Amino acid sequence: MGGISPVLLIAALMVSATPIILAAIGELVAERAGVLNLGVEGMMITGAVCGFIVAVGTGSPALGFVAAAAGGAALALLFGILTQFLLSNQVATGLALTLFGLGLASLLGQGYVGVSAPATPKLDIPLLSDLPVLGPMLFRHDPVVYLALALCAAVWWFLRRSRAGLILRAVGENHDAAHALGYRVVLIRLGAIVFGGACAGLGGAYLSLIRLPSYTEDVTAGAGWIALAIVVFSGWRPGWLVFGAYVFGGISVLQLNLQAAGVQIPVEYLSMAPYVITILVLVALSTARASATLSTPGSLGKPFHAAR
Amino acid sequence: MKRRTLLMSGAGTALMASLGMPLRAQDVLKIGFIYVGPIGDGGWTYQHDQGRLAVIDAFGAAVETIYQETVPEGADAERAITQMVLSGAKLIFTTSFGYMDATVNVAAQFPDVMFEHATGYKTADNLAVYDARFYEGRAVIGTMAGRLTRTNKIGYIASFPIPEVIQGINASFLHARKVNPAVEMVVIWAYTWFDPAKEADAAKAMIDQGVDVILQHTDSTAPQSAAQAAGNVYTFGQASDMAGFAPMPRVASIIDNWAPYYIKRVQAVIDGTWTTGRSWGGMAEGEVVIGQITDAVPAEVKAEAEAMIAAITAGEYHPFTGPINKQDGSPFLAEGEVATDEQLVGMNFYVEGMTGDIPS
Amino acid sequence: MIVLEKRPSPSQVWTIGTPLLAIIATIIAGGLMFALLGKDPLVAIRTIFWDPLFGDFASYSRQQLLIKAGPLILIAIGLSFGFRAGIWNIGAEGQYIMGAVFGAAFGLALFPADNRLIFVAMILFGALGGLVWAMIPALLRVKLGTNEILVSLMLVYVAEVILAKMATGPLKNPEGMGFPGSRNLSQWPSAANRELIAGTGMHWGVIAALVAVIGAYVLFSRHRLGFDIRLTGQSPRAAAFGGVNPGRLVLICMGTSGALAGLAGLFEVAGPAGQISIDFNVGYGFTAIIVAFLGRLHPVGILLAGLLMALTYIGGELASLSLGLPAAAIQIFQGMLLFFLLAFDVLTNYRPRWKSRGVA
Repeated sequence: MGGISPVLLIAALMVSATPIILAAIGELVAERAGVLNLGVEGMMITGAVCGFIVAVGTGSPALGFVAAAAGGAALALLFGILTQFLLSNQVATGLALTLFGLGLASLLGQGYVGVSAPATPKLDIPLLSDLPVLGPMLFRHDPVVYLALALCAAVWWFLRRSRAGLILRAVGENHDAAHALGYRVVLIRLGAIVFGGACAGLGGAYLSLIRLPSYTEDVTAGAGWIALAIVVFSGWRPGWLVFGAYVFGGISVLQLNLQAAGVQIPVEYLSMAPYVITILVLVALSTARASATLSTPGSLGKPFHAAR
Repeated sequence: MKRRTLLMSGAGTALMASLGMPLRAQDVLKIGFIYVGPIGDGGWTYQHDQGRLAVIDAFGAAVETIYQETVPEGADAERAITQMVLSGAKLIFTTSFGYMDATVNVAAQFPDVMFEHATGYKTADNLAVYDARFYEGRAVIGTMAGRLTRTNKIGYIASFPIPEVIQGINASFLHARKVNPAVEMVVIWAYTWFDPAKEADAAKAMIDQGVDVILQHTDSTAPQSAAQAAGNVYTFGQASDMAGFAPMPRVASIIDNWAPYYIKRVQAVIDGTWTTGRSWGGMAEGEVVIGQITDAVPAEVKAEAEAMIAAITAGEYHPFTGPINKQDGSPFLAEGEVATDEQLVGMNFYVEGMTGDIPS
Repeated sequence: MIVLEKRPSPSQVWTIGTPLLAIIATIIAGGLMFALLGKDPLVAIRTIFWDPLFGDFASYSRQQLLIKAGPLILIAIGLSFGFRAGIWNIGAEGQYIMGAVFGAAFGLALFPADNRLIFVAMILFGALGGLVWAMIPALLRVKLGTNEILVSLMLVYVAEVILAKMATGPLKNPEGMGFPGSRNLSQWPSAANRELIAGTGMHWGVIAALVAVIGAYVLFSRHRLGFDIRLTGQSPRAAAFGGVNPGRLVLICMGTSGALAGLAGLFEVAGPAGQISIDFNVGYGFTAIIVAFLGRLHPVGILLAGLLMALTYIGGELASLSLGLPAAAIQIFQGMLLFFLLAFDVLTNYRPRWKSRGVA
């Protein structure tokens, strides 16, 4: 029985973490704007099915991803209208979105179970992919893995360095004050929500077009909920979000590799590990940094109603 | 007898009588199927549905079939089966082990309806059980795996530690070892029958560990996709042909063919000769079929596989023929001794040479 | 443009009108969806809403309504405690599982003793199991400020793994031929959760649900705790000034919802489901969240909402069987119901007014 190759392990966990990174970064933006959208799972699976249908129909995975983003965004728009214009409770609306999204995806995907998706070629980045250890580990993935990381970097820059990002954060911290300053709270939030939906859709499509690749009833299998946990784990910071997704993806991949390597660890406890570790990290965050609650966007989850 | 069941069975018969339905044969036989997954799953349920379609082909207007997909086990199953009976079905196939108690309960309430439960072990006068000797198929593909592997590492994606799965692991390992004494088998327990993400990850983990032939007891095509992406890894279709991945990585497959059994049983109901029983058909009855062996397999290996198929089908060879020892070294079968059905049905040990433990 | 003006106090008319309006809108939208799927909308709506209550086999489906609604209502009542106070227990599914596991483990440890008190003790253990599981997120929130939504949710997955481990290991039926799953509790008289009045589906879990409804009603309208909960939900600062201890409230609310969810799990495993199996949980913990909101977090509302949801489930199954309506359509239907309710709910707290731009 061989040892576990760290190179292959890291390569595997980068792939495993990508759908979570995509969904989580979108939700991070939404939550930074003060919106808690629990419907990530529904948006992801809608994206998975839309992307799959379009990719199979047109033969182009790229178009599939575009469709997936559109599908996720459309569902998110529904959430946005209900919570921003009709002031509905965000928790309940998010759950309704999940339920509706799961059903919709199941219905749309009925004829597509077992169908193969057109293949997405892997990027072999010249020169870099030939590096001895880092090459196979980091530089031979499909384009979406790099897109997810680029997106995180872009969001980081947007939130930290751009004026628009500052406004978004202000809306998230104190929507009444932002409104008083003349910012269009509802519109900004709507934009963040739609962005979150598009990203979740991309994450779902990654599963159905690249990682598996196929569409089935439970293709997301809880990834949306994991993404929500990762957002909190990260303290709403993109850099930590990537780390958290890698930890989670890494544990999931590690337990399978341990089994494959013949290591005798009780399987059930291994499959529990990712979730338990997420809880432990959430706890550690609460204790280690007294300012953990301070970094929660101040208006998160509260409905905004402009008082005139 | 429990008060509830007594009253329920009374209610059942009363209902049937009040609806004016004769309790024996009708002109058109209505047959019901309860499926645990969607018919589009390309695996277990898909094959059962193919059996249903074969029944329609064989009997035409003499039968009418109804089915319900994705029925959860437990109380929902009991309700689904009951509703099928109430809507006039006289023969009902419940196609998953988890429907066992539900089928037993409903069978007790409707003694004039016939029930067939797949892979179960509880029977009644109006409840038969049926299963297929998948281990025969695994013996064949195990032989092929032993010949095809270059790294001498074979992977098995197992679902749950139940006898049927352990039979499969043992049968494939024994036959791989027979043709290739250096071969090792790696088992990953996925604890699911169908979870593409998990199966894909398990396959990748195995491939990362140097496995170049993957056998699976789970139902999705995810391992095939993972193998295709890796290149140079062999896989076998499970439950259905998975021909979309031929000629590589899928070089052959085990197909569950329920049609012969279903047609036989429907004919028995129509003839009025149906009785309960425990059916365990294999290659001889046409219930286990090896799908097309592709050209990626060298001709001698293909011939060896086909010879084994012929021998098993003719009843000349039984995959569990001694001498076989258990993993701890104690004897299981003596030289030439053939395992009895009872020994197989309760199999809870690995054979000698397997490393690792069965999760308890 | 239309502007929303907050009402001084929630409108009485709309509190009752909103759910009715939502149901009507869902029926219309649902009918459109069924038509798009190629099914006659009127027949579909009738099959879903009318047939389970008054159709051909209604005497069977009516009792199934209570069986389905019982756990939903029981869990939803517990959830309403927390939701009203802004304490979001999303992990009721996990507490449901742990209640079933604790209770079943206790009962099976005493098998095959013959004493009806075992059932009583199992009930207590069931509540304890759910309570303990809910205390984890509760204590973490009170002591460390950790978000209870995520912790309780992660614990659902942990509970599912524990369930699988129990079903294949410690709680596995020794006489079960190696298959996963515990002994059948509903067939053991000492532990069975039976119907009180045969043929009505009213087992002890349903009784517990009704008791919970009455208890919650009294608590919310008469008891100081109910007042504290409502106050905390509407204005945490006012509650703090009013002397409400927020930590104590979290513990009480989470504990109650955990205990009730655990009870629901116990009644289910000793009754309709019958045994601890890998797929024992079917999502009641999540559906109950929907029921709680549909019922506007009010005990009587939850009772009605639970029955309505049960109706859509049972009716949906009938439609699936007789019309071939895909199960997913019912999920969409339920999602739409919640969407419409949430959309129309705005009218309860806000009044739409026409306002021309620019005028203050």
